[in-house]
Amino acid sequence: MIKAILIFNNHGKPRLIRFYQYFAEDMQQQIIRETFHLVSKRDDNVCNFLEGGSLIGGSDYKLIYRHYATLYFVFCVDSSESELGILDLIQVSCSFVFVETLDKCFENVCELDLIFHMDKVHYILQEVVMGGMVLETNMNEIVAQVEVQNRMEKSEGGLSAAPARAVSAVKNMNLPEIPRNINIGDINIKVPSLSPF
Amino acid sequence: MALKIVKGSIDRMFDKNLQDLVRGIRNHKEDEAKYISTCIDEIKQELKQDNIAVKANAVCKLTYLQMLGYDVSWAAFNIVEVMSSSKFTYKRIGYLAASQCFHENTDVIMLTTNQIRKDLSSPNQYDTGVALTGLSCFVTPDLARDLANDIMTLMSHTKPYIRKKAVLIMYKVFLKYPESLRPAFPRLKEKLEDPDPGVQSAAVNVICELARRNPKNYLSLAPLFFKLMTSSTNNWVLIKIIKLFGALTPLEPRLGKKLIEPLTNLIHSTSAMSLLYECVNTVIAVLISLSSGMPNHSASIQLCVQKLRILIEDSDQNLKYLGLLAMSKILKTHPKSVQSHKDLILQCLDDKDESIRLRALDLLYGMVSKKNLMEIVKKLMIHVDKAEGTTYRDELLTKIIDICSQSNYQYITNFEWYISILVELTRLEGTRHGHLIASQMLDVAIRVKAIRVFAVAQMATLLDNAHLLTGNMQRNGICEVLYAAAWICGEFSEHLENPVQTLEAMLRPKVATLPGHIQAVYVQNAAKLFATILKNQEGNTDSTAAQETSQMMIDRLPLFVQSANLEVQERASCILQLVKYIQKLQQKDVEVAEEVSALFAGELNPVAPKAQKKVPVPEGLDLDAWINEPPSESESEDEQPKAIFTKEEPKHSRPRHTEVDEKELARRREARKQEQANNPFYIKASPSSQKVYQEAPGVEHIPVVQIDLSVPLKVPGLPMSDQYVKLEEERRQKERAEKKKKEKKKRKEKRSGRGKKHDSGPESEEDITPAHVVDIVTEEMPENALPSDDDDKDPNDPHKALDIDLDKPLADSEKLPVRSHRAAGAPKSSAEDGEAENATPQEPKKKSSKEKRDKKKDKERDRKRSKEEKKKKKHKHEEKEEDLLGGQAEEPVVQSEEMKEVEAQPTSTSAEVSDLDFWLSNAPVPSNTQEAATVAEAAPAPEAPAGTAADSEPEEPKDTETEESSSKHKKKKQKKEKEEKEKKKKKKHHHHHHHSDGGGEESVQNGTVEEEEPLPPMSNYCLLAENSYIKMMMEDADQVCDIQGNLQDGSQVVVSVIFENKSDSFLKSMEFNVLDSLNSKLQRPEGSGPHDGLTVPFQLPPGVSNEARFVFTVQSIVMPQKLKGTLTFIVKNEDSSTHEKLDFKLHFTCTSYLITTPCYSDAFAKLLESGDLKSSSVRLEGVNMPFHHLLARICFHHHFSVVERIDSCASMYSRSIQGHHVCLLVKTSGQTVSIDAKCDEPTLLGNVLDEIKQTFSQC
Repeated sequence: MIKAILIFNNHGKPRLIRFYQYFAEDMQQQIIRETFHLVSKRDDNVCNFLEGGSLIGGSDYKLIYRHYATLYFVFCVDSSESELGILDLIQVSCSFVFVETLDKCFENVCELDLIFHMDKVHYILQEVVMGGMVLETNMNEIVAQVEVQNRMEKSEGGLSAAPARAVSAVKNMNLPEIPRNINIGDINIKVPSLSPF
Repeated sequence: MALKIVKGSIDRMFDKNLQDLVRGIRNHKEDEAKYISTCIDEIKQELKQDNIAVKANAVCKLTYLQMLGYDVSWAAFNIVEVMSSSKFTYKRIGYLAASQCFHENTDVIMLTTNQIRKDLSSPNQYDTGVALTGLSCFVTPDLARDLANDIMTLMSHTKPYIRKKAVLIMYKVFLKYPESLRPAFPRLKEKLEDPDPGVQSAAVNVICELARRNPKNYLSLAPLFFKLMTSSTNNWVLIKIIKLFGALTPLEPRLGKKLIEPLTNLIHSTSAMSLLYECVNTVIAVLISLSSGMPNHSASIQLCVQKLRILIEDSDQNLKYLGLLAMSKILKTHPKSVQSHKDLILQCLDDKDESIRLRALDLLYGMVSKKNLMEIVKKLMIHVDKAEGTTYRDELLTKIIDICSQSNYQYITNFEWYISILVELTRLEGTRHGHLIASQMLDVAIRVKAIRVFAVAQMATLLDNAHLLTGNMQRNGICEVLYAAAWICGEFSEHLENPVQTLEAMLRPKVATLPGHIQAVYVQNAAKLFATILKNQEGNTDSTAAQETSQMMIDRLPLFVQSANLEVQERASCILQLVKYIQKLQQKDVEVAEEVSALFAGELNPVAPKAQKKVPVPEGLDLDAWINEPPSESESEDEQPKAIFTKEEPKHSRPRHTEVDEKELARRREARKQEQANNPFYIKASPSSQKVYQEAPGVEHIPVVQIDLSVPLKVPGLPMSDQYVKLEEERRQKERAEKKKKEKKKRKEKRSGRGKKHDSGPESEEDITPAHVVDIVTEEMPENALPSDDDDKDPNDPHKALDIDLDKPLADSEKLPVRSHRAAGAPKSSAEDGEAENATPQEPKKKSSKEKRDKKKDKERDRKRSKEEKKKKKHKHEEKEEDLLGGQAEEPVVQSEEMKEVEAQPTSTSAEVSDLDFWLSNAPVPSNTQEAATVAEAAPAPEAPAGTAADSEPEEPKDTETEESSSKHKKKKQKKEKEEKEKKKKKKHHHHHHHSDGGGEESVQNGTVEEEEPLPPMSNYCLLAENSYIKMMMEDADQVCDIQGNLQDGSQVVVSVIFENKSDSFLKSMEFNVLDSLNSKLQRPEGSGPHDGLTVPFQLPPGVSNEARFVFTVQSIVMPQKLKGTLTFIVKNEDSSTHEKLDFKLHFTCTSYLITTPCYSDAFAKLLESGDLKSSSVRLEGVNMPFHHLLARICFHHHFSVVERIDSCASMYSRSIQGHHVCLLVKTSGQTVSIDAKCDEPTLLGNVLDEIKQTFSQC
């Protein structure tokens, strides 16, 4: 069983957390901090397994992690998982995460991308691991399923992403400072259509 | 104004989305919390709107904030709203949020049941998928129960995408709702052979998780997995299966044998390191489970070690780490093969990776021998010097001490060397482990007499240079060492070369900066030193020197009198006054040395840390009784001081009775001396100064092993001669003789090689080995704890509930799954608490056969009932939820499908179990098919005796199982088959002993054979009563009973009674009543009178039998007892019903109070030595059976276990439910068997012997 998947950056900022066992929020943060503390002080050329981590698990649990650019991908697993297998899985899933959410993988862009699309990364991860158990290891299958679902989302119009961009300019306006004579005509046109709200 | 309104509208329509939020947070680095709190306010506003898109957006942002640690549970209801949106986009957001923040205590979860059910049956597979994924994270027991059927249907969905998710989530459902496991299992098994590899992999995954916790229930799947293993190409699946096999092999060594070859092939062929590694791991598990030393497996070990070496040599740190990890597993069983790679492991100590160094250290622990210890430690010491981080250095330090002190310093050949290592370690700055070094110093100095001179000298130097150690007090844990140094110098001050100097060192003003407890030791030991000095100086007739010393004490001690530490202050002021008084006497020229040294006279002996606990409470002493009536508030009990080395003898060894006269004391002293002389664990350097070592049964088991090499070893001798067992004597005398010879040799060698540190020649290697047999394991267990693999299980472990026998026919689960499973589970959990092991394992077997019969007739009826119940349950839930979510419930096909499954299952499992045996044994198909079928149903494969299976005789497993099944028949036709049974039993026991002998062991240690083997359950059943006159109703009831003691409670006996209906009528309202005697009482439920009967909790359809258990409380167990009882019941025919009754007599033999308890030979010897046992003997003439049959019969009928067997002699042991020890020495010559027996209760013993005699007179 995988007990948790944590992705955080070199400063310990969480980029994605997924616990397959319930922990209260403050406990989750504590686990992240502890894990970061354990992982971050290790050199890059040492092995990727870590025993201990008192908060999550106990003796049966291991931390298996990989460090890519600015990000740590940490899987907390118990003894029923194969260490090397999980390591491969991390490799697959995170390279995939990058490839899928971005066209190319550049060192810093990777993290940014994760930051802004946490939900997407979750959806991808859901196709790889479910409820703490590995669901699919076949890369092509994962890609196919994720793509179908993304297409479905697009056909439904998504989560109003495009209009939000367009309007964010408006939102960022500081009203008192706007000269009265600017754009009033434009906005006035919109008013009738908005009134039903 | 208009503009503001417009802005508000726009804001609401296009609120910040997730990206805006993230950007915002990044732009407000300095006041992040404030920014987020305004965001949360906005989100709250958004959630109030009716627009689902806005809500979804808000929930999406909440998910992000949850990751940052904000509690978003307040939005749980909104999350449910978003989940129930019809749009996939929003639904997905809702489920994601739910999976991140819902948990079992989220109230709104119960609102989701119908929504989830709807999503599960959605035509869109991705709706279903999203729901399954979400559910997998927040499934609760209620959800699991309500949705189990829906998910089960999805396991056969047309889309593999759904199938694999449904299969995986079943594991979560099982955890939350264990009752679903049995109905769902057949389908789960089916999925192992699903055409889609993803589904297959999911099924393997689930079963592996299940099997990992309760492996024995899944043994029957082994052939299927074997097939998968040889056919699958998916490495992930292969790894899982191979891991699963690793868990299964300990239960079934035959499986291991079968695995070795394909695994070896995989190791050779695979290129995937992960797979290779798991293969190696499982091969190791197999090799561990097989009895070691089998020549044909050494190749496999070599292969493993060789492959691991490749891993360790790899440049990839991960492989290196795993290689070392696996190597440590091999080390446990095959240390030799690992030891040859010492070079490699030592090399790993230089690795830059700390995890790898730690792993290598672990390995070193097992690799040391007398030869290489010094070399290895030397290397470690170099590392200690080099290590920069304190954590790793501390780890090194503890490892050095661990390695050296392991098995009672087994590998240390030169203690001077060890002391100097310890002293060297004190140079470590900033270590936390000062106390560890200190306790080692103390331990060695106390237990190794010959080293004291050296140790004292070293310690004196330490004290002299204390300032080096205490240089930086605050961060220095090393000053603990001074505690040991001061104590050693004080206690063994006679060995000091320059005591005055040491005394001076101990009284330096700087000492006052040490921690209080160390100062206290300083002060106390300064007094000891002072006494020694006085003694020396008065001998010299130089009174001034002595007076100078006193003056020094008087000058220096006031410093300590002022100490803030109470202990220091008190000791110092006492001693100061004492010294002042001494000075007065000295000035009057009075000789005081004698008196002063008398203060500290006497010698210390090591007492095992657990000694106190092991002391038995003397008879007649009730520790719970008040000595005086308690005052209103009783004080908390004083804790036992933790000190390992107590100054005085433990109190309990002092005579308790004050009126004991002088003679008696002398006699006791004499006896004690003798005991010590014979006590193998009593450390003595010279035969002179004998000191009382506390003597109590049990204490001696703590291995305080003779370790000194350079002085005459006190021989691990014999217990008191008068209570001596012949066999033991012969054996040990031999040992002793050999020992002495070697000692002489050793002493010579030592003398010549003195000063040279590395003097461990090849001879020393063999020298000590036979000195000790360390066997703590048996004694450290609480008395009634039996070896059980469930010991370490967490009682709250959700997997415990999943310990369900999957091979049982499903019959009663249909009836009412909840109850029947719980009932089966309950006795199991109590078994883990230490119930007699033979009570429970039998149960499933009895049950299964009962169930089988039950099933056929009750099935139809029960099924209807359960259907109705389920419907009711569902309706309830619907009513609750309908108005909330407006979902409509569908409960269609599922149930009937479940039923089909259920019908199909029994046959298939029974076939499979017999398959397993066939598959494992490679035997020809059993000729008698009927019997084979019974085997399959009755005995799930794990029951097959493990000891038996170790042998490869092809038809053997079949035999034993057949035997078991035939005993099952006996339940029905007991009398007729009695003879046949005897025959078969002989055959069976023959097998067992054959195997144990085949193992090459001459003496059969207890546990290797008898303990492992579940006794055929039925043979102890006897006919209790029978209605012989079969009259008008043609009804009849058999009662067969088996009486077993229950270890849990010293005075309880559980009687299992099997009721069998021999008539064509229905029996009901059975009431079981027994006329209580003074001594034995039937336990009745609270509130019922002493003469009320107990209702038998079932009814009997024609031809059906069932078992009920009754608990009796028994006061005295020394005599056999008979209880009269009556069974009343109603016989119901189609047209009439009559009341009937049946009288019976329950016979409690003394044997029935005995419980098979494992006992190890050393513990057994101690018991015999203890002198509390009364002996008795009996001779049996004309016993015409092989000795091992005889033993087996005693074990079997009288609940004994074999402790040791040598030729035609065997010692056996058993315990009564009230803790009486019963020991037998059985000897045979020709047809005569003599049994010498000892027991602390002579009456009990007499009765047991009578019963044994009777057993053999019957045959």
